[in-house]
Amino acid sequence: MTTTLDHPSYNFNVVRQFTVMTVIWGIVGTLVGVLIAAQLIWPALNFETPWLTYSRLRPLHTNAVIFAFGTSALFATSYYVVQRTCKTALFGGKLASFTFWGWQAVIILAVITLPLGYTSSKEYAELEWPIDILIAVVWVSYAIVFFGTLVKRKTSHIYVANWFFGGFIITVAVLHIGNSMVIPVSMMKSYSIYSGAIDAMMQWWYGHNAVGFLLTAGFLGMMYYFVPKQAERPVYSYRLSIVHFWALVSLYIWAGPHHLHYTALPDWAQSVGMVMSIVLFLPSWGGMINGIMTLSGAWHKLRHDPILRFLIVSLSFYGMSTFEGPMMAIKSVNALSHYTDWTVGHVHSGALGWVAMVSIGAMYHLIPVLFNQGRMYSIRLINIHFWMHTAGIVLYIVAMWISGVMQGLMWRAVNTDGTLTYSFVESLTASYPFYFIRFVGGVLVVLGFLLMAYNMFKTIGAKDGSLKPVEIA
Amino acid sequence: MMMDYGTLRGLIALLILALFIVIVVWSYSKKRKGAFDEAANSIFEEKTEIKHNDKNNKQETNNNV
Repeated sequence: MTTTLDHPSYNFNVVRQFTVMTVIWGIVGTLVGVLIAAQLIWPALNFETPWLTYSRLRPLHTNAVIFAFGTSALFATSYYVVQRTCKTALFGGKLASFTFWGWQAVIILAVITLPLGYTSSKEYAELEWPIDILIAVVWVSYAIVFFGTLVKRKTSHIYVANWFFGGFIITVAVLHIGNSMVIPVSMMKSYSIYSGAIDAMMQWWYGHNAVGFLLTAGFLGMMYYFVPKQAERPVYSYRLSIVHFWALVSLYIWAGPHHLHYTALPDWAQSVGMVMSIVLFLPSWGGMINGIMTLSGAWHKLRHDPILRFLIVSLSFYGMSTFEGPMMAIKSVNALSHYTDWTVGHVHSGALGWVAMVSIGAMYHLIPVLFNQGRMYSIRLINIHFWMHTAGIVLYIVAMWISGVMQGLMWRAVNTDGTLTYSFVESLTASYPFYFIRFVGGVLVVLGFLLMAYNMFKTIGAKDGSLKPVEIA
Repeated sequence: MMMDYGTLRGLIALLILALFIVIVVWSYSKKRKGAFDEAANSIFEEKTEIKHNDKNNKQETNNNV
């Protein structure tokens, strides 16, 4: 038996950097969200300042949560998982550091340019062309580091989490470059090379796959490593994970047109988008069941381990959102839900429920490993965070569901003579109580993130190895 | 005879369906079971490795309370 198992010296430095920034950007992104939620109740909160208006801060909120918080979490976990499962250090040396600093530069540029009003006006792709070029350069570097590491792996098999991470990295590169094709007219102004309905279709091909690959496939990669790790048992079905991967990546790409029901997009394209969205329910639930059933026979672990609770509840929210999504993609349902707060509720059940919770769980698993501790500084604080976050989401999405369905019904109500029963302002007034409930939910989420940051810095600051894992019978 | 665009797309759809069935049959074949079980457990291998090599402090931790 060999005792000289040579341990590769992993590049954990870049993982640590992304991990810490994930938590920081989580606070910033949700805080901006709470501010704009408050502005919807108390409009005076824009202080009559152009760069504090809702229209400029809303893209800052979405960019901060998706690209600063979510994507930093993906960088951290993909760099960690690919090294651990391939048993080799990251490929590319300094290139990995470049992806960290390059990505943070993109975020800082977003924080500066969006409030100043520079925008391409494409949803989730608002950043202007010079920043888009920087994103493309960083992303290609990311792909080189990740796939380079896969190539020099010491194992024969490529663990399933890496398939999801790899799929997400390639697709996001294609989506970003395809959707960002513009003709620049000055340093900070450009026009899309696509026109009319084609531009709208490109936008939602990009937009929905930002959801499908960045916010789903990437985080499923996270799920396939951290759920089994934290539960200390292998994934429920490795075979299902393979079918899950191929079904998910081949279906998601077609679902974009459901964002354009009853628009100038040709009817047949709308119908294709609707059918593909409904079929997408199957791989989504296959993956969700695979994750949750990993705990099969060990459900008791949920009672004691708040980190596992974050991970498993994230999958429940994933299951909820991926049932709700296909349903909302049905044209007749969409006729009620589109442009209402129901959509906002749906997005946040996915974003706060699935994406944020699986990331938070993964970060709580990762932070002690990266900083040479046996556990987080306080498990009790993790538990409190869990309940604050959960309560926050439930308040948020229930408020938006009620408000959204109410708006949809009020907007479509007609009198016997064919005139509208309600003016738009009447529906807005009716939504105010729900906007307040949403605001309270958002505050809970931000406070939870602050607890997490405190817990993280206490863990990092503790003497190496001084926090011992707690054993339970 | 030229194949029209619609027929071509229909054939591609059938091809993808066939490919999907191949993936399902392949991943659920008895022959692959052992290899996949091994793959599923591969993420736990390092734990035993660490036991041989306690000095390296980049170890796995156990966050369970």
